[in-house]
Parts: sequence; structure tokens; C-alpha cells
Amino acid sequence: MEDVINSILFVAIAAGTSLIYATIGEIYTERSGVLNLGVEGMMIVGAVMGFAAAYHTGNEWLGVIVAALAAGAMASIHAFLTITMRAEQVVTGLAITLAGIGLASFLGEKLGPDGGPLVGLIGPRFEKIAIPVLSSIPVVGNALFNQDILVYLMYILVIVSTFYLYRTRPGLHLRAVGESPQTADAMGVSVFGNRYLYTILGGMLVGIGGAHLSLSRTPGWTEDITGGRGWIVIALVIFATWDPLRAVVGALLFGGISAFQFRLQAEGTTIPANLLNMLPYIATVIVLVLVTWREGLGKRLGAPAALGIPYNREER
Amino acid sequence: MLPFTLKFEKRLEPSRTASILVPVLSLLLAFLFGALLLQTVGANPIETYRAMLAGAFGTVEQWQDGQFYNVSELLVKAVPLIFTGLSVSVAFRMLFWNIGAEGQLVMGGIATAAVALFLPDLLPWIPQTPWVYLPLMIIAAILAGAFWALIPALLKAYLRVNEIITTLMFNYIAILWYQFLFTTSWKDPEGFGFPGSAEIAQFAWLPRFSGRLHYGLLLALVAAVLVWLIMGRMRWGYEIRLIGENSRAANYAGVSIIRNIILVMLLSGGLAAMAGFVEVAAISHRLQHGLAVGYGFTGIIVAWLGRLNPFGVVIVAFLLSALIVGGEQIQITMGLPASVSGVLQGAILLFVLGGDIFTRYRLRYIRRAPAAKSSQASSAQEA
Repeated sequence: MEDVINSILFVAIAAGTSLIYATIGEIYTERSGVLNLGVEGMMIVGAVMGFAAAYHTGNEWLGVIVAALAAGAMASIHAFLTITMRAEQVVTGLAITLAGIGLASFLGEKLGPDGGPLVGLIGPRFEKIAIPVLSSIPVVGNALFNQDILVYLMYILVIVSTFYLYRTRPGLHLRAVGESPQTADAMGVSVFGNRYLYTILGGMLVGIGGAHLSLSRTPGWTEDITGGRGWIVIALVIFATWDPLRAVVGALLFGGISAFQFRLQAEGTTIPANLLNMLPYIATVIVLVLVTWREGLGKRLGAPAALGIPYNREER
Repeated sequence: MLPFTLKFEKRLEPSRTASILVPVLSLLLAFLFGALLLQTVGANPIETYRAMLAGAFGTVEQWQDGQFYNVSELLVKAVPLIFTGLSVSVAFRMLFWNIGAEGQLVMGGIATAAVALFLPDLLPWIPQTPWVYLPLMIIAAILAGAFWALIPALLKAYLRVNEIITTLMFNYIAILWYQFLFTTSWKDPEGFGFPGSAEIAQFAWLPRFSGRLHYGLLLALVAAVLVWLIMGRMRWGYEIRLIGENSRAANYAGVSIIRNIILVMLLSGGLAAMAGFVEVAAISHRLQHGLAVGYGFTGIIVAWLGRLNPFGVVIVAFLLSALIVGGEQIQITMGLPASVSGVLQGAILLFVLGGDIFTRYRLRYIRRAPAAKSSQASSAQEA
């Protein structure tokens, strides 16, 4: 039993890490009042650019940096179009995703050695590092503290983000801008500046989530590497009601479901793989219904009131 | 400080010039961006675009020889795009973000195949002619697509569950189910191990004019006219547009938002399912790989670039189809990835989104007033 818990938790954390990076990134973006549905596109571009950079330089850290910059650049397009040019946020995000998927597939065919494809290449990767003492805690030690360094950085990100959002002045400004931009503006907090900042920062975190896919979990590049994770992130943000700690719970549940499903398959279940693979998507819908329902009964939990609404001083 | 500022001012009426100029300029800018990208990876942009053009429309020599393969392929690919574009456009008109056209298309394809594969054995007394079977298949497809759209619609209408996520998740569920069917339970036992259902009987095939070009093109154009009639000429269409423009006002005017969400999603799902019907009944003639190739997602681009207008959708569907067919051709002729067309599609849409502000706003060039008058100027502005 101990082994089962340990192995499921281990896979849940390993598989959930990219989701947590991206979900926290999107939480920052949405908390500032900008809805970016481009997560899937930014994530996959982060994955391909991160892998290409790491492959050519032999340095996985450069890969992470390039992934963050590439996804951040795409997020800045979203910021420019929706904040400055006041474009429809839903459609712009979808456009970012569609363009990103096309771009990633194009780059994947062209960024390999001599302008060839990246598919099938083996590059540098983040290896598992066991933290002494902590990793030998019974039951959970191995799962929590025998992971790669991006997982440990993710733990720090979760703690820092929770503190930043609720306990610091810039965090208060961020929430104010998403909750009531008029009030924030009147207080002298820059609505445009904050929205730009957190849309781009959010995009960079999404890019790191993508890099974790191509540089650690299943190192290498395949065209369907994200497999819809970007969309699950959008659902997780709602599930987590815009809270970093609850995002961890959601992402681990998700990672847990896929780990559980692999176990079932390994044990030779007769349920076909296609049907098992539906589980995460069905679970997302059910969870979303429950969260929305509960939210409707009680009061709105964390949804930024101005989410998705462009701000314009003259038209309030 | 610059001696002037630029400022967006809201127009009273959307500009007609801008609404035509913006897509045209966006197209040019997107191709310019694509050229830069091609250049950086060491491909010749002009040659690539020429090859795409030839790939989409054929060359003059081919026309003289009476070979219209490329144009016909362009029309074939435009058919599902018209259906999904119409599907997305009716939902987006009332700001219902249905991004589930892909899944609704797949459900339509499954239902089409189910009727054609199993009904002849189940109810042998039904006359086995196209005139009976094709309408039955269409009805089944529309019902399946409408049902698949109905669940997110009900969740949105009664529980206010975010439709973006539910319609999207339903895509994945539908695609996985369809994969399960043609690789497992509906797999043709005489298919030599290839994944795919048995071929449907010939009386259930949607006839073709020539080559692969089939009568689905006419169905798609009829659908566009029907959507135009509904949206432009009927009270229902007026209600839909009213909700899209101001749902609160619509509510006060006695328009039922719940009822319209449900009805519009039934229409939207049915239209997307028609794309699945034509792909199965006219092209693949069986359930196999290649049904869920992204027509539902491209339909979003088609709808938005077509300004959510049914005839705009038809025009853009042909243009994007040219882009897709051209992209497939450069993969064959120049060894460049077909995803070039995907990048171009995304870029066109992004440029249009950015440019759209000029239809609703005008850019004002304001000379900065000398320091002494500036306070007066700003107080005048506030008043």
C-alpha cells in the first residue's frame, strides 16, 4: 500500500509540475483582469523553443530561459492586442493558441541540426536529485523530495506566490486592478502597466511549464507534447478559484488521475486506453460544474470581477 | 516628450472602409511576417508563396491540360470549413463561446457512419436508396451534433458553467470515443488489421460531381443562405444579435436568454455535425483516421475573419482552404512543413484582431498645447 501511494504521488507531482507552473502563471494574468486562452499555444512554443535551445547549447537552464522568453513574447502580443488595441480577449487568446500550435509544429520541423526536425533527438535534461534526509521520510519522502530541480523551484513558486498575492502591496495592487480597475486607477495604480506586467509574467511561467515537458518529464520533442494540457490549465484556474495553493491540489488530482490510469493499464485492465484517457476531461467538466454550482450558492470566491473586460478611462 | 499624442476616439458608427481595409492589410502583413519566418529558416519566401499559390489553384499549364485537381481539392476542403465557420458564427453572434465545433463535427461523423453501417441490417425494410438514406444520415448527424452541443448549453443556461471549458473538454471526449470506435468495437474484421470501420454501402454515399468534389458544396451554400435568413430576416436572429450586443437590454425586452442559449447551440452543433456528415458520406466512406483534423478549430478563424456574417464565412472558408491546400502542396514539392499555413492563419487572425480597433475607433493626432494653455485644454476635455 505504501508503495502504491508513493508511486502514484510521485507521478502526480512529476506530471503535475508543468500544470502548476502554467496554472499559477494564468492565475497572475487573470487576477489582473486579463483572460488569456493562449495557454496551450504558449506552452507548446515554450516546449519546442526550450528543447531546441537546450539541445543546441547543451544547457538545460538556457532551455528554460528561452522557453520563458518565447512564451512571454507571445503573451506580450496578447497584452498589446487586448489591453492597448482593446481586442476581444476570448478570440485573441484562441488566436494565440492556434498560431502557437502552427508555429511550434513548424519550428519542430526546422530547428533541428542542419534545419532538420527535432523529433527523436535526445537533449540535456533535468535529472532527479534526492534531497538528503527529507527524501527518506516514510511514504511521501521519495515522492516529494526525489524529483528534479524544476519541481523544487515549483514548491518555492507556490509559497512565494501565495505570500505575494495576499500579503504584499504589489499583490494588493494586482488584485485591485482585476477587481475594480476604476478604483485602482483613482488610487494611482497603473491599470495598463499592471495588466501588461502580469500578462507577460504569466506567459513566462506558462513557458516554463512547457519546458518542464520537453526537458524533464518526457525529454524530447513530439508534436503533441502538450496534449491539451494548456486547456486543462484554464480549467484548473477556475477549479482553484484563482488561488495558487488550491491550484496545486487540482494539478495533483489531475496528475494523480493520469498516474492511476497508467497503473490500471499496466495491470492489464480490459478497459480500452481511449476510454480511460477520457477520465481527465470528464473529471474537469464534473469539477467545473461542482465548483460553479457551489460558487452560485455561496458568494463568488476569487473570481476577479473585471476579468475579461478591457479598461478604458473614458468609457467607464 | 513628443510634441503630439495619439489617442483613440470612439466612432459613432463602425467604419465601413476600415472593416474592409483591415482584413486586406492583415492578410498582407501576415504574409510579410510569414516571409520573415521562412527567410530565417533559410527558405525562399517568394518561391514558397508561388508554390503555395500553384498548389492551391493549379498552374496555367495544368488548366490548359484540363486538370483541375488543385481547385477541386480547394473546394472539397472548403465544404467542412463553411459548416464549422457557420456553426461558430451563430454561437459567437450571441457571445456564446462555442469552441466545441470539432467535437460536434466528430459526433456528426459517428452518427452518419452508424446509420449507414448498421441500419440496413437492423431495419432491412427501409428502401436502400440514396434518397432515403442520405436524409436519414443527415438527420442522425444533426441530432448527434446538436445533442453534443446541448449538454454545455444546458450547463451554461441553468448553472452558468463556463462554456469555453465544457465545449473544449467535449471535443476531447468525442475524439477519444471516435478513436475507440474505429480502432476497437466498429473495427472492420476484414480490414487486414488497419484501424477503420467497414466501408459504408454505396447507396449511402453522397454523390460527387467529378474527382472528389461532391454535392456537399451545394449543401454548405444552402446552409449559408439559411443562416443568413435566420440571422438577418427572422425575429429569432434579431433576438440572437440583441443578446450578443447587450444581454441585459435583451433581458429587459423580454428575450429569454436561457431559451436562446439552448436553441442557438442546437443550431450550432447541428451545423458543425454537417461537416462530419459530408466528410464521412462523401470523402472517407468509413470511420477512420482523418475526421478530426482541426476543421472545428479553423472554423473559429473562418467565423471571426468572416465577421460572423454567413457570406463572409463562405468567402473566408475558400481563402483559408486555399491556404491549407497550398500548405500541403509545399510539403510535397518543397519539403517545407505544411504547418506554414497554420502559422499564416494564426497571424492573419492576430493582425485582424489588432486592426479591428480602427473600425470602432479613430486614431486622433493631437498636437500638444503650449504649457500655459494646457490646464485650460484639460479642463475643457473633462467638460
